[in-house]
Parts: sequence; C-alpha cells; structure tokens
Amino acid sequence: MISAVGLRKSFGDLEAVKGIDVDVRRGEAFGFLGPNGAGKSSAMRMIAAVSPVGSGSLRIFGLDPAVDGPTIRGRLGVCPQEDTLDNELNVYDNLYIYGRYFGIDKATVRQRTDELLEFVSLTEKAKSKVEDLSGGMKRRLTIARSLINSPDLLLLDEPTTGLDPQARHVLWDQLFRLKHAGVTLVITTHYMDEAEQLCDRLVVMDKGLIVAEGSPRELIDAHSTREVAELRFGVAEEGELSHEVIAAKVEDLGDRVEVLPDRLLVYSHDGEEVVAKVHERGLEPVAVLVRRSTLEDVFLRLTGRTLVD
Amino acid sequence: MAAPTLSEAVGRQYDYWWTVYKRTWKASIVSSFISPIFYVLAMGVLLGGFIDGDPDQLEGATSYLAFIVPGLVAAHAMQTAVSETTYPVMAMIKWQRIYDSMVATPLQVRDIVAAHLLFVLFRVATTCAVFMLVLTPFGVFETWWGPILAFLSQVLVGMVFGSLIYGWSARLRSEAGFGVLFRVGIFPLFLFSGAFFPIANLGDAGAWAARLTPLWHGVNLSRMFAVDAVDWSLALVNVLVLLALLVVGWFWSVSGLTKRLVS
Repeated sequence: MISAVGLRKSFGDLEAVKGIDVDVRRGEAFGFLGPNGAGKSSAMRMIAAVSPVGSGSLRIFGLDPAVDGPTIRGRLGVCPQEDTLDNELNVYDNLYIYGRYFGIDKATVRQRTDELLEFVSLTEKAKSKVEDLSGGMKRRLTIARSLINSPDLLLLDEPTTGLDPQARHVLWDQLFRLKHAGVTLVITTHYMDEAEQLCDRLVVMDKGLIVAEGSPRELIDAHSTREVAELRFGVAEEGELSHEVIAAKVEDLGDRVEVLPDRLLVYSHDGEEVVAKVHERGLEPVAVLVRRSTLEDVFLRLTGRTLVD
Repeated sequence: MAAPTLSEAVGRQYDYWWTVYKRTWKASIVSSFISPIFYVLAMGVLLGGFIDGDPDQLEGATSYLAFIVPGLVAAHAMQTAVSETTYPVMAMIKWQRIYDSMVATPLQVRDIVAAHLLFVLFRVATTCAVFMLVLTPFGVFETWWGPILAFLSQVLVGMVFGSLIYGWSARLRSEAGFGVLFRVGIFPLFLFSGAFFPIANLGDAGAWAARLTPLWHGVNLSRMFAVDAVDWSLALVNVLVLLALLVVGWFWSVSGLTKRLVS
C-alpha cells in the first residue's frame, strides 16, 4: 500500500525527515512511534499526498503522489492530529459536505453518513453543533469523516492525544473493528500503550530517522528484557544518596540500569529476584514495581530518552 | 478514477458554500444593502442638493446623485469583496482550518481558491445588482443598457480586489494586518478614487495617482456607462487593466494558498 525509500523532508534549515524506508502491506496496522518532533507528522503529510516529497521515492497504491495526488487522496482517509471539523455546521453536515468533496453522489453520501454516525455512536447528535460535542465525540466524528469515502488506507495522526482514558478505549475499539473489517491503518503516536494495542508492526522514529522496526513483541524481545523492576528512592539527592550512586550498587543485578529523574529501572528476566536482592543489600526504595517490558523501555534503550517529556 | 477537472471540483464544493450562504445571508444584509443606501441618501440626495448638476463639472452626470451612484456601487463592490477575502480566508486557513480538511480530499488548491472566489463573485454580484435595482426608480440612469455594463464593471473591479486581497490574506500570519489594510489601503481608496468627486479636483499629480488605483478604473467604467458618456478607448484601457489585475490576482491567490497549505 505504501512504499517509501530514502524519504526526506526539510523545512528551511530544519530537516524533519532524514531518509526513511517504509513498507506498509494491505490489511495491516502500521505505527510510527516517537516523541513529538520526531518527524512522524511530516512523514504522514507526505503519505497523505498533501505535502510534496522532499527527496527519495514514495509510492501510495503504486502511484506517485506528485503525479496522482488527487487520485491517491480519493482512496485515503485522513484523521489529522488537530480536529479540522467545521464548527459552524452540524454533525450530519460535516460528514455530508465532506463526502461531496470526493464526488460521491448525494444519495450515497446520505446513506454513508447515516451508517457512519451509527458506527461512531453519534446518531443522536446528528443535528447538534460540533462545538457542543465533547473532545471524544469530536474525535469520533473526525474518524467517521475520514471513512466517508470508504478508504482503502486510513491515516491517523495522534488519534487519541488529549482524550481521557475512557474516550481512548472507545476509540481503540472502533479502530479494532475497522482493522477486522480489513482497512489498512497507519497510526502515529507517542503513546507506547496505543502502539502496543493497535499496531501489528511499527517503526520507532527519533530525530527524523527510523531507529528500529518490527512488531511490538519483536522490538521488546530485541531491545529489552522480559521484566523491569522500577525502584523509587524519593527525591534525587546529591552525593551518597544520589541515583547514580545507588545505580552503581545495583548495576550487577540486571542486564542494564536506567536512571530517570524520579526512579531507577533495572532490566532483568526476573524482576522479583532483583527486588529481593536490592533489599538484601540494605537499600530501602520508597516504592517498587515489577512489570513487563514495554515499548517505552525499547525507546529509552534506543534513544536514551523517554517518549513523553 | 482520474483527478476531477476544475469545474467538476468546484461543483463538489457547492453544498459547502450553499450552507455558508444560508447561514450568513441575513447578517450580511446590513453591510450589503442598508449601509450603502444610507450613503446614497446622505451623500447623493441630501449633500448633493447643494451641488449644481453641471455635466461639465461632473464627468457627464446631470446631477450629483447620478454622479455618485455608479462610483459608490463600484466602491461598495470593492468593500464587499475585501470583507469576504480577509477574515473569512484567515479563518479557513488558521482558525477553523477548513482548508486543511479540504486538501486532504481529491480537491486541489486551485479548486479550493476557485470555489471560494466564485462565492465572493456571487456575493459581490448580488449586492451590486440589488443596489442598482433599488436605485433605478431614482432616475439616475440614462439608458437601459448602460446600467447593465456598469454592473458588470462593478463586479469586475470587485473581483480584482477579491483576488488580490485573497492572495495577500493567504500569506498573512496575523489578523493585525487587516486593520492596517483597512485604514491605509481600502479607506483612502474608497475616498479618493473618484467615487465622491471628479478626480480632476485632485490636481494633475493627484489625478494621475488616482488613475493608478484599480478602484478608479472600475469607478470610471461604471460611471461612463451609467451616465451614458462613454469614451470607448478609455473604457478599453480600463477593462484591460482590470482583466490583467484579475489574472495576476488569480495566480497570486493560488500560489499564496499553495505555500500556506501544502509546503
């Protein structure tokens, strides 16, 4: 569906995308995971056939966006990072008018609008003004709008940013249903739980480059340990009790130790064993947590930074 | 599925602009019709009562009312077009981001600009048409065909401003620029481009400066046709200047919105 080789994009002196290779296959859910400013959205705007390719080659459905932009966009659904709904129109008209831009005849758009309002549970809000909707409802309406042309490929840029946990789960459920219906999804996110939940395969982006690629499981296996022991020692202090000093004392307990401002992460195949040994050595963490490795740990390993600053 | 042609793509935006019109036409009545009628009453009828209807002094008009009406409608066409292409354009780019949602569809930037400018054309044309019809009973027009050509001149000069200002608004980052435009651009043009008095009164240098403004070309055309004192070679110059500016305005608008939306 998407094939990019050496894809680059600059804005003035800023090189947002520094040469990435991406292949997305039909029916899969593909993710771009990375912090804000990693180049995900710039890559996404090129894939959406809106922003011209800087250099490198890009094919969507086998077509060149520089030549066949309108044709490509006719088969895409785009859910942008910021809602671009028309606040002056009601919910129904937002879908209906958008559908008309694709050249879909009126009767079909009306039928499709009804179906999509049902799909995102907004049928009762059809006549409401957009500005009266909650953030979660607006997102769902944006998703519905991106589906008005029955796209072969759905692009979602940070789909759940700014939503409360409940609204996120509702949205994830809808995206799952789309995926099961065979829609190819491309998602950018800086939430590792979202990437783990939704993506079959993903690339980790940092500073305009792809630093790793694979399924969530593969990435975790390749770049992290099975478990992580999180040790909190309260507010970081200088000297004897600083995190660095403590880290040196527990270094040999796991494969690797990461020092964060508020806690230490000890990577090991058995987190409980680590905790037991920490106590044996007379160290007294204020709180401990043993958990499975996540993509957050992968990102930390690969870049030395956390995803959400 | 090939890319839609320009006319096809514009047609797809009809539903959008029709809903915009249904939502805003009531609010536009005051600025479109009532304020200009006040101008005609105050300036044309009441102030004009003190002015001799000398055709030699008034570029061929037999009364001040007959003189001011075609100029005023042309100036009003400019103002209508400018008000439709300043804040509304910035809203669609920056505040509401409607254009962003449009370029994600098969529509291209030129299709979006064309549909928006056609809406401006519709606004300018309806405003001028109603204005001219209302004034017909006042006996300010000399022939039946003159007002029709005057109306077309008004729409033309309106669209010159519509396209030029559209391109400027598409490049503008902050709405603070609009205040400057109105104060140092549109308002002086409104007053000094020959709508209210013959530009000969400005002196030689002033008259030539007035002739360099796009509005004067529209005012002059509109008036020559309305008062039936047509200098056809001058009319040709006026039309060519306005058409040239319209073409420039079109490319300026498309390039401005392209830079803004698809960089």
